[in-house]
Amino acid sequence: MNSIFHARLLHFAMSIVVMMGFVVFLASPAFALDGQVQIHDPSTIVQCNGKFHTYGTGGSSLVSEDGWTWRRGVRPARAGMAPDVIHLGDRYFQYIGSNPGGQPHGAINLIWTRSLDPNSPDYKWEDGGVIASSDGIEFCNAIDPGAFLDPTDGKLWLVYGSYFGYIRLVHLDPQTGKRINPNDKLVDIAINCEAAIMIYRDGWYYLLATHGSCCRGADSGYNIRVGHARKVSGPFLDHTGLDMLQGGGKLFLGSGGRVIGPGHFGLLDLGDGVQKFSCHYEADLDRGGASVMDIRPLLWKDGWPVAGENFREGTYEIESVRTGTALELAVEGVPVGGRRSRRPPGAAPGGPGAGGGPGEMFAGQGGVIPPQDVAQVSTNWPAGNIDIRMANYMCQAQQKWTVTPVANAGGYPGSPYVRITIAGTDRTLAVGEDGELVALPAFTGGHEQLWRLDQLADGAWRIMPKFASTARESLVLSAVGSSFATLAKFDPAGDKQRWLFKTP
Amino acid sequence: MTMLRNIHIPAVVVLMGSIVAMAAASGCASHGSVHSPTRPASAETALRAAGFIQRWLILEPIGANGLTDSAVQAAVRKDYFPNQLTVVPHDGDKVTVGGTELTWHAVDTNEYNVNLYYFAYGLGKPTSNVLFWAVTVVDCPSEMSGVRLAIGSNAASVWWVNGKEVIGIYGDRQTVIDDGVSKRLTLEKGPNIVRCAIVNGGGATDFCARFLDGEDKPLKGLPVSVGDEYR
Repeated sequence: MNSIFHARLLHFAMSIVVMMGFVVFLASPAFALDGQVQIHDPSTIVQCNGKFHTYGTGGSSLVSEDGWTWRRGVRPARAGMAPDVIHLGDRYFQYIGSNPGGQPHGAINLIWTRSLDPNSPDYKWEDGGVIASSDGIEFCNAIDPGAFLDPTDGKLWLVYGSYFGYIRLVHLDPQTGKRINPNDKLVDIAINCEAAIMIYRDGWYYLLATHGSCCRGADSGYNIRVGHARKVSGPFLDHTGLDMLQGGGKLFLGSGGRVIGPGHFGLLDLGDGVQKFSCHYEADLDRGGASVMDIRPLLWKDGWPVAGENFREGTYEIESVRTGTALELAVEGVPVGGRRSRRPPGAAPGGPGAGGGPGEMFAGQGGVIPPQDVAQVSTNWPAGNIDIRMANYMCQAQQKWTVTPVANAGGYPGSPYVRITIAGTDRTLAVGEDGELVALPAFTGGHEQLWRLDQLADGAWRIMPKFASTARESLVLSAVGSSFATLAKFDPAGDKQRWLFKTP
Repeated sequence: MTMLRNIHIPAVVVLMGSIVAMAAASGCASHGSVHSPTRPASAETALRAAGFIQRWLILEPIGANGLTDSAVQAAVRKDYFPNQLTVVPHDGDKVTVGGTELTWHAVDTNEYNVNLYYFAYGLGKPTSNVLFWAVTVVDCPSEMSGVRLAIGSNAASVWWVNGKEVIGIYGDRQTVIDDGVSKRLTLEKGPNIVRCAIVNGGGATDFCARFLDGEDKPLKGLPVSVGDEYR
């Protein structure tokens, strides 16, 4: 467990119950990126030769093998402000803002390379010249570029601008990254914001832009807002119908928890319906108020993007969206409070006294029934491996799973690998030699015992063993029946592999 | 079993009696309901569109109590009659259990499930606190690996394929299609014996079963018999 976990755990006792998205969590600390993550205005994260790369203001860059642990990268050929990167064909285009004469006199320069790996023979930044500019008088500040490839027609666009007036849209050549016609009329699509970037989903174009002020640590009011449009050129309206050209914007992500001032949205689409986004916080209170990058799940609700949260360590019921049944050890459960017969001894069904005084049919047993003590009910559990099955959730010990990040086991974009154990025990969810699920008596650290948790667009979670995380075919936890779970190929359109983590 | 089921059992029995009387009057069935299993009219049937096994040999019920994992496992491991985990009986074969003679019945169902309540009630046998043994034979033209048996039962049940226990579901539960699913198994070329023990607490009791392929799609078209040709 890294130091940030320790720091955030200190706040656990002070935390309150929060509701995020569609699942209720106890407010244990959400997983945060590990390693060197200080950066300001990170670009969209792109992958090159299996590594994740991002670039920030001032020539900073970060690189990661797994998207979880980051380190300092190599300074690109040109340093500037709030760059954005897009990978098209065999080229990585990087757009970098600058204010050579002071704001709002701005310019956006292009550099490009065929590799982001400094050890590659293809790593060589070429100068692509100025793509857009503002003269210091016009109602725009040409910095903060955001590139967008329209999946519907393959057209490449760049949005840019920062507070001094409009966010503008220009058309680019996807082969060269340059303007198709530098004399095209500039299209204004938003106003008085910055760090704008566009994404597309289900017939809608979404413009995500950052409102508020930056660069003052925990005093920064940065927050990410969104509007949508049927055309790439707008109008981008928020949920109230207000045009982003008139200051509109639905809140996508504001400050919360231990982080203040999120800005600079970047889409990280991992395929199979798993989308995440990157941003930076102006101040991470657990890292001394430094500006740091984060990667979080991107959810969708009612046609709008929703900022998900990375997983929180804790104890949960793991419930199948498909069947409504919960994952459990295949052991004989003991009812909470002990086993009872349906009616009191000697009482006639429905007869006089049923449901009457204490001890009667519906009167309970008096007093508070404490949560089930796993140490008591597990005495008859087999000592070795135990099969996994599913059943109606009955608040029993064999149905409660503790999810814990595993130190030095690596991770994936946004989170570390976790182990999943029956609460209060070391019995560990794993993949057996036969490819089926099993609970091992103890966690030993093998890849078959490490799990990746990705939140999907609807807020449900995909549960994937580490060994499958890098395989060509994504094998994930799957409800093949109401009472049985297995590993199966992930089907983004189905519900067999969607799970809810509910607080028990 | 729900509380309502308990309360309404007398009414159900009256209704059932009426149905039995009507059926007997019409001479169409001895078991008494459109949901009753019927005697097979052909030597062989096949897994239809949804893949449910609709032909079984069922033994008249044996008394049994308890639906917990341990109670059901104890019940199915008790020795009731010779070769109870290997035999493929003939229709009409008889065994003696606890001094009572019980008969194996070959049945078909047109439903996805086999209604054991009507089966037993039509025979004048108890339906509560009982254990039903059932056997069938599925014929495979070639070996099939990566297959799963998928069942539902009211209430608890234990299942074997070719002598190996592959599913156990416990507790007071209703029949849900594909409730209990086995681990991946291999069906042999030729006859494959599917056997189950259904334990009921009270009220309705039935079961359903089918095989799923590697994509969780039901196996269809395989011949199903009650095994005379394999003895």
